[in-house]
Amino acid sequence: MRKAKRKFTVLLVVLMIASLALAGCAKKTADQVKPASDVIKVGVFEPLTGTNAAGGQMTVEGIKLANKLYPEVLGKKVELVIVDNKSEKQEAANAVQRLVSSDKVNVIIGSYGSSLSMAGGPVAKTAKIPVIGCSPTNPAVTLGNEFYFRVCFIDPFQGTVMSNYATNTLKGKTAAVIRDVQQDYSVGLSNYFVKAFKASNGDASIVADVSYNTGDKDFSAQLTQIKAKNPDIIFAPGNFLECGILVAKARELGIKVPILGGDTWEAPEFLNQVKAYKDIYFSTHFTAEQPVTEVSTTFLNEFKKAYPDKEVNAFGALGFDAYILALDGITRAGTTDGVALQKALAETKGFKGATGVITLDANRDATKTAIIKKVIDGKFVYDSKVEPK
Amino acid sequence: MSMDSFLQNIANSITLGSLYALIAIGYTMVYGIIRLINFAHADLLMVAAYVAFYGIFIFALPWWVAFAIAIALTTLLGMSIEKLAYRPLRNAPRISVLISAIGVSFLLENIGIVVLGARPKPFPRPEALVWNIQAGNISFLSLTIIIPIVTVILLLAVTYMVKKTKIGIAMRAVSRDFETSSLMAVDVNKVVGTTFAVGSALAAVGGLLWSLQYPQVDPLMGVFPGLKCFIAAVMGGIGSIPGAMLGGFLLGTIEVMLVGFMPDLSGYRDAFAFVILILILLFRPGGILGENVVEKV
Repeated sequence: MRKAKRKFTVLLVVLMIASLALAGCAKKTADQVKPASDVIKVGVFEPLTGTNAAGGQMTVEGIKLANKLYPEVLGKKVELVIVDNKSEKQEAANAVQRLVSSDKVNVIIGSYGSSLSMAGGPVAKTAKIPVIGCSPTNPAVTLGNEFYFRVCFIDPFQGTVMSNYATNTLKGKTAAVIRDVQQDYSVGLSNYFVKAFKASNGDASIVADVSYNTGDKDFSAQLTQIKAKNPDIIFAPGNFLECGILVAKARELGIKVPILGGDTWEAPEFLNQVKAYKDIYFSTHFTAEQPVTEVSTTFLNEFKKAYPDKEVNAFGALGFDAYILALDGITRAGTTDGVALQKALAETKGFKGATGVITLDANRDATKTAIIKKVIDGKFVYDSKVEPK
Repeated sequence: MSMDSFLQNIANSITLGSLYALIAIGYTMVYGIIRLINFAHADLLMVAAYVAFYGIFIFALPWWVAFAIAIALTTLLGMSIEKLAYRPLRNAPRISVLISAIGVSFLLENIGIVVLGARPKPFPRPEALVWNIQAGNISFLSLTIIIPIVTVILLLAVTYMVKKTKIGIAMRAVSRDFETSSLMAVDVNKVVGTTFAVGSALAAVGGLLWSLQYPQVDPLMGVFPGLKCFIAAVMGGIGSIPGAMLGGFLLGTIEVMLVGFMPDLSGYRDAFAFVILILILLFRPGGILGENVVEKV
């Protein structure tokens, strides 16, 4: 009820602002007869506020760093247009709409969060503007949308990696899964994990499969359920915010078994909640301990210079890669025309990025090494890496 | 469900339920006196949490000093909001005040995002206040005991104030009729101001306990408890203080037990809360303990 009223108010405010903006536009076009073709615009839609704020902000740090190092392409200046999608699906579609129709960007980068990317994708497809996803790992993001590319691995791989780690390294025979039903990322990754885990340990090996909603803070009931089933390991992929509280709560309830998650866990907000605990593992895209290409080294050095008080992270690296891949595509296409750029990006092969060598497959997805990290003494520590087959 | 799980779920429901109840009491009190659903109430939780957070982290204050300052500042803020945003609209149609309340709520949230940043911060848990208790196979935080005690004490205090004190009598008079009360020499501004002060202090205590239980603060942290506690207040009968308490406990217990007994439905937990709200509104619009007062023309 409150939400509905709020939405109505928001609508009113948006209408008012829109009317102002429109009034402003009319004047602008009269003044600026010269088209803005002397700059190349890279649109960015990322969650800068809301539940995924940390992920979006880390990504944007990487994109800004790349823009600072490589500010030009085809002899023109590259301008970043950064729009906040507020961690909401509806806002993500609006953000992309704004980028393509009002800002007239040439290429788009985004977004952290598979659901947000899936909401923005169709808008870009209709406008024929290529989008490079930095960290959305759900396969549905690029599926059937030939204008969507990504520089990260996808969840069938990530789910299998974590299942193998649970089975082979942690010697788990039974598992419990707890998922966020509102996040395509969490649901998808859980499904791939369940499939792989059942294949290794039998159909009865998943002893509990419970769920929650984005924004929940109380997980005591779900975790009590899991505790009663006494699994060997728990798989809990989801937003770093909810999962931070969830993992800490599990330990408070006396659940001592290893807890595994996905790449979203690599956020200071997650670490802050679970600092005191151990046996927490997750997969990610990048580690400072193992630079893979010369671009990784450049990224690491420049990142430390630009953000001395911040930890190097996978999302910054993926944002960095998405940006340099966009520029590489524009260079290869020799133009910023959406369709030509789409074609050039689809042919990406052996591209050296900070997170590894990127070759895009028929579904425009990258096939890359997964890194496994764990929480030890209040830090994320590199554990091992898994090569794709 | 085994006995251990059941007892663990009881402990879980008590914690969640008493948190809901505490925040719902604040909602219901303000509504009971001036018939306004104070949407900014939920955002006051956030303000209190941030004041305590900065008090402990930046100014290195002992937790109880930081908590006291948080409650005091939130109370002042609540009173200022009433004075600036609601009082000028007292004779305006009720919908104007409601819109004003939504505006204040938005304002606080967005100031929070701009000034404090959208990324959440870890809320410190003082060791003197939060520790783990292990009883057989059940383990829970000390908060599971502290929160219900605080809630019950505050409930009794507020009930006593409303029923027995002079200001409480004035509050009840004002809740019936502003004009007649003022003709009987009741200072309406003072009474409404006090109501907001008490309501805001309750919000502050709720915000602090909420942040201890779920140790993360962010500018939008009030939205979720705000929504749930509003449902709790309506369930119990908005305007009724024991009703808010009952509604809060019921909602907390139903949510936890739903997941406990029907884990497959755990994703529908929020939907379930709203279904209950709709059913209550359909069959007992006054709430469980609410009085169905006939509107006087």
